[in-house]
Amino acid sequence: MTSIDVRGVWKTYRVRGAGAVDALQDVSFTLSSGQTIGMVGQSGSGKSTVAKILTQMERPTRGQVLVDGRPVPSRGAALRAYRQQLRMVFQDPFASLNPYHSIRHHIERPLALSGVVPREQIEAEVHRLLARVQLDAGAVVDRRPHELSGGQRQRVAIARALAPRPALLVADEPVSMLDVSLRMGVLSLLSDIQAQDGLGVLYITHDLATARYFSDEIIVLNQGRIVEHGSADEVILRPRHPYTRELREASPDPERFFADSAGGAR
Amino acid sequence: MTTLSSPGPAETDVVADGTTATRATPARARVPWRFIGRRVAFYLFTLWAAVTINFFVPRMMKGDAVDNYLARNRGISPEAADALRALLGLDSDRTLWQQYVDYLGMLARGDLGVAITHGLQPVGQVIAGALPWTVGLIGLATVFSFLIGTVGGALVGWRRGSRLDALIPVTTFLSTVPYFWIGLMAIAVFSVALGWFPIGKAYGIGTAPGLTLEFVGQVIRHGTLPLATIVVASLGGWVLGMRNMMLTVLDEDYVTVAQAKGMPNRRVLWRYAARNAVLPQIQSFALSIGFIVGGAIIVEQVFSYPGVGKMLLDATNAKDYALMQGGFLVIVLAVLIANILADVAYAFLDPRTRQSEA
Amino acid sequence: MSDPLLSVRDFSVRYETAAPVDAVRDVSLTVHRGEVLGLAGESGCGKTTLAYGVQRLLKPPAVIPGGSVTWHDADGSDTDLLALDPDALRAFRWDKVSMVFQGAMSALNPVATVGAQLADVFEVHRPAMSRSARTAAVGELLEIVKVGAARSRSYPHELSGGMRQRIMIAMALALRPQLVVMDEPTTALDVLVQREILREITRLREAFGFSVVFITHDLPLLLEISDRIAIMRAGRIVEIDTAANIWFRPRHDYTRTLLSSFPRLTAERKVAR
Repeated sequence: MTSIDVRGVWKTYRVRGAGAVDALQDVSFTLSSGQTIGMVGQSGSGKSTVAKILTQMERPTRGQVLVDGRPVPSRGAALRAYRQQLRMVFQDPFASLNPYHSIRHHIERPLALSGVVPREQIEAEVHRLLARVQLDAGAVVDRRPHELSGGQRQRVAIARALAPRPALLVADEPVSMLDVSLRMGVLSLLSDIQAQDGLGVLYITHDLATARYFSDEIIVLNQGRIVEHGSADEVILRPRHPYTRELREASPDPERFFADSAGGAR
Repeated sequence: MTTLSSPGPAETDVVADGTTATRATPARARVPWRFIGRRVAFYLFTLWAAVTINFFVPRMMKGDAVDNYLARNRGISPEAADALRALLGLDSDRTLWQQYVDYLGMLARGDLGVAITHGLQPVGQVIAGALPWTVGLIGLATVFSFLIGTVGGALVGWRRGSRLDALIPVTTFLSTVPYFWIGLMAIAVFSVALGWFPIGKAYGIGTAPGLTLEFVGQVIRHGTLPLATIVVASLGGWVLGMRNMMLTVLDEDYVTVAQAKGMPNRRVLWRYAARNAVLPQIQSFALSIGFIVGGAIIVEQVFSYPGVGKMLLDATNAKDYALMQGGFLVIVLAVLIANILADVAYAFLDPRTRQSEA
Repeated sequence: MSDPLLSVRDFSVRYETAAPVDAVRDVSLTVHRGEVLGLAGESGCGKTTLAYGVQRLLKPPAVIPGGSVTWHDADGSDTDLLALDPDALRAFRWDKVSMVFQGAMSALNPVATVGAQLADVFEVHRPAMSRSARTAAVGELLEIVKVGAARSRSYPHELSGGMRQRIMIAMALALRPQLVVMDEPTTALDVLVQREILREITRLREAFGFSVVFITHDLPLLLEISDRIAIMRAGRIVEIDTAANIWFRPRHDYTRTLLSSFPRLTAERKVAR
């Protein structure tokens, strides 16, 4: 059981000519193993800054991030160990995989670095991980990223994230670059793995519908502030904050649309 | 369930503002003082560094101009030699630092010293005599080459896959051949064998320089062959650079939009495609302007042209430090001025640079 | 609604590469005057190729091996678009059919002001217009899409994504065309800006009465804005019907697959967790 406590975090960027910009203002939440949180907001809302702060790519200007009650290590072996506990899946599966390395290399490396399995079992573990993300390990293991489809690449990225057996996962728009018909497949896969492993997942997205589908809780971020935080159904079905309502009204929702237009008379 | 309202002035109407990652910025054109200031500081620093290196490097070499002068002119008394050293700033009883300060002071007064290889004429005068020939010949050749190459490259890129593509290997081949070879071949064919052009020099012996029809005609006759060879040798880079940028730009959406808008081909080609593709060319053009003086050495040697390049080579052979330093200073200034011009041209041609650096 | 505007018959597009690709295969469809026709499908299904192809905007190695595209003008005349000579085609483009492109970011020429890019539509298509009349028309267009005439001197990079897309819409409306083809016009935008742009399109359609072909992979969005929807897959239209029928009574398996690949925003969650 691992949990990360984000407590009153502010992040201020100095922007030349514009003074200081608060990317995050007093953001607090807890992400624990077994829990899924969807973080929704528009571009510029600060949701990617949250991911950077969780992974220690950025330090908060104010406030703190605690892992199991202790401050997140900021350097050295402790930071590396922390980053094996909390892994990232990025938006662009093409940019996040190195085009010069085989799929095997991508998964071997985190395995070797973390030492979760003895050296002689690494090959078997690579195959196991690829099978977990529903890839034909034998067919893809020696290929390079450009030989795979977008959906396959994102599955590789997930396998790589899972390699050191993390407790927590931050997925930053993991399906927004994929074709619509592939999105649900990848999300379902992530959802299954989350349930089996008891992972804690922060799912960052601008899409309310997939956030609701994937998450137990939803946090709505607007201009660096958390404006609403509650169970997924409550936030989507009974939004309290005007901004959340605005987001919901703007999101396509054929169900409501056809109900409103008198049983589909259109 | 917690609902936190977000108070404060930070909240704006996202719909009206169109909150996206690429926020709108004020349309007013502001003068980017900060940017200009940084550039000026950069240029001043570069100038100082170049001047300083220019001062120290010749002093680290063995032997000086006076030794060289003495070797060629016998019967000069040691006192006269010392006086000459003092005149050239080479007297050894002054510390290097004092010499450096003196040197900077002289530069500030525009005094570049005297050229020992030109009968102790002021260096400034010697350079002023040589510079117009170099700027005239090679400057003009560079401009021609840039214009012809860029327009040609735009056309070749626009009609990709057509027979025009055959031009590319030809121009590229010509630019890979060593220049002196092209120059010598041109002299052998057009001057010696066919007798169309005079061999070398800027004008015929016996013609008095001046604004006479005869003199101008001579300059043009003597200049045509070196100019043409430079253009031929340097065209390839411009054609290839422009063509490749055109191929990239032609795949941009705004070119398709222009076509969908029913724009005539000429308009799409020049106003949309070439106008964008030319931007990287401007940068290279500025660089090549800066190298005019430096690049003059081979051309002027081959055609015995009386420009700065030949002057510099002669000065180096004779260890005439003052003249060498003067020549290098001209090169440095040329590069710096060219870069300033490129900055200005870029700011005019690419609206994005005006803002992003601010 | 049965008044046809554009008839496409057995239309095909092939990319003549080393291994030829049939991007569009024997597509027949009719766009009716005044309707919004949605064109849905995954990337690579041929929907954009189809839209570009009927306007003859494709570049080699694309070829059109067969089919016909007929334009039924408001003045009653019919035009065979595939038979137009280059000059007539240029005159036809934008005057009758205009487009709003996917990348508002890249669809505007970065080195020209938006005003100049709007004005050159008039310069080319309405050469008789005076300079002041052009300036006035550009200002009016920018006001219509609520960007404001003052922005005509702005460069594209100085504007937000939403504003750029509004300018593209203004440009599409410049000559009061009868059909506007919109290729993923809102995909790159945030959901609130997307909704605002969609409302804008609806408002302008009511004001100017143009028909729309709306291309997107976002089926839920399409269901809300289209009169009819064509579902494309592998270069073919597998189903074409009213939006309500696509939603309530999809006939083709692929349509059902597409519908089920979107999680529902407010309905019962289908996947038990």
